[in-house]
Amino acid sequence: MASERMTVARAMTECLKAEGIKDIFGYPGAAICPFYDEIYKSNIRHILVRHEVNAGHAASGYARVTGKPAVCVATSGPGALNLITAIATAYMDSVPMVIITGQVNSDQIGRDVFQEADITGSAEPFVKHSYLLKKPEDTADVFKKAFYIAGTGRRGPVLIDVPFDVQKAEIDFEYPETVDIRSYRPSTKGNGFQIKRAINALKDAKKPLICAGGGLFTGNAVELMRKFAEVNDIPVVSTMMGLGAMQSDSPLYYGMIGMHGAKAANIAVNSCDTLFLLGARVGDRAMSAMENRKDFTVVHIDIDPAEIGKNIEANVPIVGDITLVLGQLLEQVDGFEERLSHTAWREELEKYRTETQPAPAGDGYVNPKWFIRTLNKYLPEHSVVVADVGQNQIWTAANISLKDGRFLTSGGMGTMGYSVPAAIGAKTACPSVEVVAVCGDGSFQMEFNEMATAVQHGINIKIIVIRNCFLGMVREVQERTYDNRLIGVSLDGSPDFCKIAEAYGIEHMLVNSEQSAVEGIGKLISSDKPYLLEVVVPEHEKTIL
Amino acid sequence: MKHTISVLVENHAGVLARVAGLFARRGFNIDSLAVGITDDEHISRITIVADGSKYTLEQIEKQLNKLIDVIKVKTLSPESMVSRELILIKVSCTPKQRPEIISICELSRGKISDISANSVTIEISDNAQNLNNFEELLRPYGIKEIVRTGTIAIQKGEQAVSLKN
Ligand SMILES: Cc1ncc(C[n+]2csc(CCOP(=O)(O)OP(=O)(O)O)c2C)c(N)n1
Repeated sequence: MASERMTVARAMTECLKAEGIKDIFGYPGAAICPFYDEIYKSNIRHILVRHEVNAGHAASGYARVTGKPAVCVATSGPGALNLITAIATAYMDSVPMVIITGQVNSDQIGRDVFQEADITGSAEPFVKHSYLLKKPEDTADVFKKAFYIAGTGRRGPVLIDVPFDVQKAEIDFEYPETVDIRSYRPSTKGNGFQIKRAINALKDAKKPLICAGGGLFTGNAVELMRKFAEVNDIPVVSTMMGLGAMQSDSPLYYGMIGMHGAKAANIAVNSCDTLFLLGARVGDRAMSAMENRKDFTVVHIDIDPAEIGKNIEANVPIVGDITLVLGQLLEQVDGFEERLSHTAWREELEKYRTETQPAPAGDGYVNPKWFIRTLNKYLPEHSVVVADVGQNQIWTAANISLKDGRFLTSGGMGTMGYSVPAAIGAKTACPSVEVVAVCGDGSFQMEFNEMATAVQHGINIKIIVIRNCFLGMVREVQERTYDNRLIGVSLDGSPDFCKIAEAYGIEHMLVNSEQSAVEGIGKLISSDKPYLLEVVVPEHEKTIL
Repeated sequence: MKHTISVLVENHAGVLARVAGLFARRGFNIDSLAVGITDDEHISRITIVADGSKYTLEQIEKQLNKLIDVIKVKTLSPESMVSRELILIKVSCTPKQRPEIISICELSRGKISDISANSVTIEISDNAQNLNNFEELLRPYGIKEIVRTGTIAIQKGEQAVSLKN
């Protein structure tokens, strides 16, 4: 391809096209106008959010369901700064993302001019990498590298800050076909020696267990993990980020681990003799399931060497791309004389599968756990469920059953206000898939402005607001640890969420009984427009029993 | 425990900030830091002396390696490296004390780099331990000012921390 003369702003859109980007989420301002003018002329779809942080969360939802870097845009100064929480949220959950921000003129940088903020500096702790594009002729190179870095290795956000004058500069543009960064070689295949050790551990194991993490999704290795489990008859548990990796109805699946997890899953972690950690960093919340365990073999497979041995000691550390490593393991398994089977171990775990039915709530309320389980019955197989943060997240994660869908949530950062914009992103990427956001009445009030985005762009997400009139999760902490001294957790003064939906022209229904729940879920699923259910749950319902 | 880490980085704007920021953010303590260009003008070397356990060191190395602009990270063991710091010390020195101080300076392989009516400035490069000893020898005369660089270090023998290996 011969190079072509054009402005950097135009070249930026050419880069996006070359990367296959069709939709971007953003919020304009003067400093990014040259780029916006080129978006106008291109066929890239721009989705205007109502607050920059939600451009970031929407890109996150989009990236998580496509597995490829998604793009968000903001202007200089306050616009860019508003993105930071979303960048950090994406970073903690290893979400591939390219963030484009406008910046003041290059010769004014450092002078505190109007709407100047050092965004590369401020975002540094939360990005995989960042660029301040100072030389117009570096545009193609920087974009190529940014997408490569964001979308390979341990995925993560990469920021490109582009000064106003640079956007307007003319360059000879040609998008490179290949990229080579000598200081960045994401490791790929697993070390042969460690693979052998893992296979030996597998052969020796009487009680093997797979703990499935979010890395299986980013590494596109869900199918291979399922195969590895099935071929070797290994029970599977999951972290919150790994929910949905194993089909919820698989006989090998025992649920989510951790404080809020399933009994069988936690017992499995505590009594297995060999644990395969697949793309799970075992964050402190999941760790609670395996505290005090020393006497077992841990095979830890992760793309990021820094995660191995960080939270849990690994006896067999394997650094590599999860798809390739599982491929290597399966290749060895193919050569086994006899297929492994762990009937006794599975039977032992089977005893702990609990099927307790959540107790019905009093008149005028719905039990949130019962509600989520009822939702399961109606959700199409491939649905995407996005949980916000708080009790609603725990109730959803612990009770949702995903046959072949995705569960998205802000696991690492626990950012309230994630669910609605992330659902918008996921739905934009997969319009034919049912996408449901579940949030609390606190979180919803951080994000309900985005209903306008959904309406404006015809993004038909479904929203379930679990209303308990409290910042429930914090209230629970105050009840338990601070002798019930409740401060700053009452949500008195909240609006009628159905009326809010009404104001946006969104169909809605109030759910305050089991009967209305079933009716509401039916309407929510059958609607081909955005739909909101306001679900009234008992004010003092807990997550910990 | 003290660790001397030799880090090769791309000579880009902002790299030092990224490296220093990483140490601060992850709670790794830096004792000293020295930056300079290498034989390749596109590559700089950052030599860091850091304090921490074996676990901390492993995390430092891994986290440094994750920075895109970091090309190579190598921790040098005390037995297999030559390490140097440069120190400039200004001590009070009456004309009568000069011979004494000059002889201390010579014994320690230092150099007088400036002299005035009531002070001398001495420069020495050595490893940190020897410099500390030297400082103690001069303390009785009255130290006016000390300026020390960070440690730089190189492996003994033929091996090099470079791109080629
Ligand atoms: C941005 C942000 N601010 C504060 C918190 C702390 N926090 C964690 S859960 C929670 C309560 C959430 O309340 P709500 O959305 O009503 O959900 P509930 O717990 O009641 O289900 C708060 C305030 C947070 N996680 N994120």
